[in-house]
Amino acid sequence: MTISPPVRTKRRPSEMTGLWFILPSFLHLAVFSLFPIGFALVLSLYRWDVLKPDKPFVGLANYAHLLRDPFFWNALGNSAYYTVVSVPMGMALALGVALLVHQKLPGVALFRTLYYLPAVSSSVALAMVWTFLYLPGQGLFAWMLNTLGLRSWAQVDWLQSPSWAMPALIFMSLWTGLGPRMVLFLAGLAGIPEQLYEAAAMDGASRWESFRYITLPLLLPTTFFILVTSSISAFQVFTPIYMMTRGGPVRHTEVIGYHIYNQAWRQFHMGMASAQAYVLFLLILAVTILQFKIVSKRMEEYSLQ
Amino acid sequence: MIRASLSYLLMLLLALFTLLPFAWMVVTSLHPSHGALPTPAHLFPKQWHGENYRAVLNMTATPFLRFLFNTVVVAACVVAGQLLLCSLAGYGFARLRFPGRDLLFFLFLATMMIPGQVTMIPAFLVVRSLGWLNTYWALIVPGLSSAFGIFLLRQFFLTLPKELEDAARLDGCSDFAIYWRIGLPLSAPALATLAAFAFIATWTDFFWPLLVTSTTEMRTLEVGLSLFKDSFGTTNWPLQMAAAVLVVCPALLVFLLTQRFFVRGIALTGLKG
Repeated sequence: MTISPPVRTKRRPSEMTGLWFILPSFLHLAVFSLFPIGFALVLSLYRWDVLKPDKPFVGLANYAHLLRDPFFWNALGNSAYYTVVSVPMGMALALGVALLVHQKLPGVALFRTLYYLPAVSSSVALAMVWTFLYLPGQGLFAWMLNTLGLRSWAQVDWLQSPSWAMPALIFMSLWTGLGPRMVLFLAGLAGIPEQLYEAAAMDGASRWESFRYITLPLLLPTTFFILVTSSISAFQVFTPIYMMTRGGPVRHTEVIGYHIYNQAWRQFHMGMASAQAYVLFLLILAVTILQFKIVSKRMEEYSLQ
Repeated sequence: MIRASLSYLLMLLLALFTLLPFAWMVVTSLHPSHGALPTPAHLFPKQWHGENYRAVLNMTATPFLRFLFNTVVVAACVVAGQLLLCSLAGYGFARLRFPGRDLLFFLFLATMMIPGQVTMIPAFLVVRSLGWLNTYWALIVPGLSSAFGIFLLRQFFLTLPKELEDAARLDGCSDFAIYWRIGLPLSAPALATLAAFAFIATWTDFFWPLLVTSTTEMRTLEVGLSLFKDSFGTTNWPLQMAAAVLVVCPALLVFLLTQRFFVRGIALTGLKG
């Protein structure tokens, strides 16, 4: 019985009501994000030690110093190693699993739930469990290798070996990261209209062709989202390193998040730690923009907007 | 037929891959604390040893019941705070117009990209200058609102039909009354999603509680567990695994009860931006 389209209710007396809704969260943001972001920049210009009364202004000296600091570069390199290996592998695994549990089969919901369990478990507890699994000689992996007859491999101390510690941490991250990535891919898959596949099948497309020319391109926004968020969090990984290797052996797993933690909370070089955190932030920003550039170019090719 | 069987085979293998560490944790925790560790060949001990759990709970240096109490208090307050603050802001961004709205919203989203390492030190100094170190305030207040929660609820409020709002407004309801009496009740599923996410995130948070607490009685479960591990070296695996089981279980339980909200939440924020 509408006579005319609903008129946008008259301009309301106050357009400020909305601000009152935002205010509490904005105050929270200001105190715990905006102010800290600015203050960290200020800190990075000082030689700032909480325990010392004297906090001299040093300008860009912290930045100049970190650029020449081999341990900083070592930490960045380790983070790059961790991110570049664990993110693509984790995403490929998650996409495969998502395709598997996207099928209309009885009981798949149960499997989806199971695969998500590590993501909601205490990361400290999981680090303890995985340390136990990796134990040389006695751990589950050692037992498996023994059973396969690889006796010398069973004695490898995975987390204490310079060459194996990082792969061991990455392998664990595939396990913990599977669930959330899988669910995101599932959300993306659910958004692809079924008719496209029906049309392709009618045109005689093979399964591989529908995957290659329908699924993959249409999953691009999802893939991009997962790539960005996974890379950001991989660059900041902390708890497994803290619990399992403490950055060792001899700094082979000292990633940037752990390195900054040590600077700030073990050595109390908070100015230096802030400078390093800012460099990390700029790097993450650069990587994200780069990923965005690459992906938006691909999206244009597929003429997705 | 073959395809389906193959799929099930793969899914079972993956389930094994996912569950094995959990199973190993539980089985180990039931072994005698000084004795042979489990191997798949001798998976089960001759006798189940529940005493590891009792020992963990009776440890005076790491009072797990106290940690549990702290974690529950903190998680409950954070969940309540996020439900209120994020729903207010999410509603404001989705349903109200005001100057600078889009810019403000962008500001909230942009902060999600800032690595925690940048804000951690100043946030610590803020909490310290407020005199909140080693108190519940330090554990709770920084978690009371989140850009993620605001984004999640905004996406949901955007989907509510405008007619309801218009009708209420014609009846003379204020914006706040509309939010409270119409917006909130209709968004129960989205609120449940946020509650589930906030609970798990708080329960499993490690870094921040590690920084702002310093005495045993203020520790949360995650930090307490890491202290427990440190004080028992790497020798007593059954005891360690029992402690791990105790910390993992409550969060798993909450997840299993609320898991449908997780999937919905991710579908909501994931890509419909």
